[in-house]
Amino acid sequence: MRLLPIERPTLLVWSILIVATLLSWTLGDGLLLTGDARLATAAILVVAFVKVHLIAAYFMEVRHAPRGLRFLVDGYVAGVCALLVTLYLAT
Amino acid sequence: MATDRTTTRRIPGEAGTWVFILGDLVLFAAMFATFLVYRAEDLPTYIAGHEAMSQASGALMTLALLASSLAAALATTRLRAGAVRPARRLLLAAAGLGALFCVLKGFEYQAKVAAGHGPSASDFWTFYFGLTGLHLAHVILGIAALCAVAHELRDRERPSPRQLAGVESVTTFWHMVDAVWIVLLALLYLAR
Repeated sequence: MRLLPIERPTLLVWSILIVATLLSWTLGDGLLLTGDARLATAAILVVAFVKVHLIAAYFMEVRHAPRGLRFLVDGYVAGVCALLVTLYLAT
Repeated sequence: MATDRTTTRRIPGEAGTWVFILGDLVLFAAMFATFLVYRAEDLPTYIAGHEAMSQASGALMTLALLASSLAAALATTRLRAGAVRPARRLLLAAAGLGALFCVLKGFEYQAKVAAGHGPSASDFWTFYFGLTGLHLAHVILGIAALCAVAHELRDRERPSPRQLAGVESVTTFWHMVDAVWIVLLALLYLAR
């Protein structure tokens, strides 16, 4: 299946998602072994929300959406990421 | 250039779908926060839960959903380019990979219950079954919707504007299901 030019960013973002997923596991394994599980988990949560941002922007096409929807979705991703990391670290 | 950008700005799919998606996202965010609040009150129970999670199973399910999302994204671009048959095949591939996710989830549930980690074993497992169960219901709804829009495209030379909007709505919803899973994976499988 030949890629259409418009599909190249989609495939690039998908590759980044796969690499970020593998990175999350490495973060978990590596940092957990060195002992700082809290830092590792906070980093894993941030990586997860970077992935959510990429899915929203490129797959859900929010980057081409009207400004209002973009602000809502970007605000949600940043706000929920900050909330969850804060709640986690407050433990 | 700037004018071009503003004129081409559009809501992907139907506006109503976004009301549903944003409502769903708020609901999931509230449940994620509740999970962490309860977790803080009984950390040892939750750490034991995290440690009993199967990383391999989580990885396989993530790959299935990410591959499914890619198929759904390519289906939309193909359909816009007028390639109905490839788009239809990609929608069905996305549904198939979603079904694979369900099968993997079924095996995982079975393994957890067999190991004594049923929904009432501890608060962690109640959250695990509750959160992943609600997510699984979304996956099943998404698979049905993907099959429905693929079915509507059968024997079509070109999609009608309504069919195109329908496919965009369903694939947008499907990507949201993928995004929610990414956070669940971090909170339940990867966190310590």
